[in-house]
Amino acid sequence: MLIRRASDIVPSEVTPESLFRARRTWLGRAALLGVAAAAPALPLASVMAQGARLAGVKPNPHYALAGEKTNPVTEFRSYCNFYEFGSSKSDPAQYAGTLKLRPWTVAVEGAVLKPRTFDVDELMRLAALEERVYRLRCVEGWSMVIPWVGFPLSALIQQVQPTGQAKYVEFTTLADRAQMPGVRSGILDWPYTEGLRLDEAMHPLALLTFGAYGEMLAPQNGAPVRMVLPWKYGFKSAKSIVRIRFVEHEPRSAWMKANPTEYGFYANVNPNVDHPRWSQASERRLGEFGKRKTLLFNGYGEQVASLYAGMDLQKFY
Amino acid sequence: MSERWQPSPRAVQRMRWALIALASLPLGRLVAGAVLGTLGANPIEAVTHSTGTWTLVMLAVTLAVTPLRRLGGWPWLLRLRRTLGLLTFAWACLHALTYFWFDRFFDWADIVRDIGKRPFITAGFAAFVLLVPLAATSTNAAIRWLGGRRWQRLHYAVYAVAVLGVAHFVWLVKKDLREPLIYAAVFALLFALRIAGWLQEARRRARDAKSASPLAMRRKAF
Ligand code: HEM
Repeated sequence: MLIRRASDIVPSEVTPESLFRARRTWLGRAALLGVAAAAPALPLASVMAQGARLAGVKPNPHYALAGEKTNPVTEFRSYCNFYEFGSSKSDPAQYAGTLKLRPWTVAVEGAVLKPRTFDVDELMRLAALEERVYRLRCVEGWSMVIPWVGFPLSALIQQVQPTGQAKYVEFTTLADRAQMPGVRSGILDWPYTEGLRLDEAMHPLALLTFGAYGEMLAPQNGAPVRMVLPWKYGFKSAKSIVRIRFVEHEPRSAWMKANPTEYGFYANVNPNVDHPRWSQASERRLGEFGKRKTLLFNGYGEQVASLYAGMDLQKFY
Repeated sequence: MSERWQPSPRAVQRMRWALIALASLPLGRLVAGAVLGTLGANPIEAVTHSTGTWTLVMLAVTLAVTPLRRLGGWPWLLRLRRTLGLLTFAWACLHALTYFWFDRFFDWADIVRDIGKRPFITAGFAAFVLLVPLAATSTNAAIRWLGGRRWQRLHYAVYAVAVLGVAHFVWLVKKDLREPLIYAAVFALLFALRIAGWLQEARRRARDAKSASPLAMRRKAF
């Protein structure tokens, strides 16, 4: 194949971007099949495209959520809140397909002894991946049950060694105007940021997530790496993360900036604290006709309530 | 001006049926979607949004009759307005029913609390309540009973319905205001056209009054 310099290419030869991206995805998938067929013993990280099966991931029996049915993967992939791709639930599935997932780096920085920029494939190998079935409760009053694949964020935090100054962790999502139509139309103050107190981030439930339903995350679900915090409303779980920063002061999240009276820093699922637009007392589990009572901390109170001992949850919502 | 085309009463009746059929198409789509399971991951939300949207669209179409009549010179459009208004009300009923049933399961104490609590529900409910007397007084008998003037005054409430409907939409979106603002702009335009019409009408009346005065008559006679 002849490689030409940019100056040699006449404009008429330039493939439209969308076509180019579609082709790239296709080539990526084709290459993947080739790789998978030729070298089944290849380390997991080299099998990187979205939708690839994550072989050898074991379900963690402590987080099996017996008695609750997992939502179908079609619901998980078609009904998403990911404002970088648009504000309607169907926008992410429609527009995120072209998100370029490799190369992808995550800068881990701030008040840590060992700041480091990880390649996402490297990051994925930091600890053993496991499957955990978690409830996901959206602030809008619906919920799902999803089998995520990842490892506790604490494994990463231990690697970078926070200093005494690190009281909070801030997550930043990619904000690329070229790839993300929602970023171009400026609905929120991009980039999307979210935050946790350090002890929340260290909690074993806080999952640094790379996959779901046994496969790599689809872009509309926050590929290649996102947080999952099952005791908090969905928007706390930042998607498509590019930076994790350790800071001294409570960071202001994108939703707090957008509407400080409606969104607080903690955003713990709490049926007793209503959002002005949605009652939080009950929820509709997707796929069900009736509504369920919403549980305090989304049913994870036994594990997380101690994090908030003595705090007025009406005030710190 | 030459004689303008006027549809026969039978043609108007056919148009009414056509409007009813047209405005019911989205309902057919919703029912089919519900049966086939193609309304997406959250079908009840899809039904709420669809019925809410069509209520607002039908309201805008109804309010477009008067300006179109004047601008297009189609006075007979007036004979379709009642049908359009009732279709608006029908969609509003479906929308309200979706909420009363699928969202609150007819728990009236809870519904009353919700109406008092969430501003967007307060506005939507107020709009719905205002639509009820308008629909109830849509018959010829009701118009006769009320008298034209009083009927007209009552039906000015439709402007409040439009304002409340848009406020309802503005207040319910989380952050992306673009869609409700498009509706706000459409209603603002419809209102502006009406105001322009009223002003023109007032000016014409003033002119007519002047030309009808004895002085003007005498001047004309010369
Ligand atoms: C009993 C009265 C009403 C109630 C309880 C009600 C309730 C609701 C609810 C719960 C939603 C969905 C909110 C969400 O998804 O978060 C909604 C959406 C909507 N409603 Fe209403 N509503 C009422 C009357 C009306 C009326 C009279 C109109 C029009 C004049 C209207 C227009 C809309 C529109 C345009 C939407 C948004 C559709 C979309 O998101 O695409 N509603 N309403």
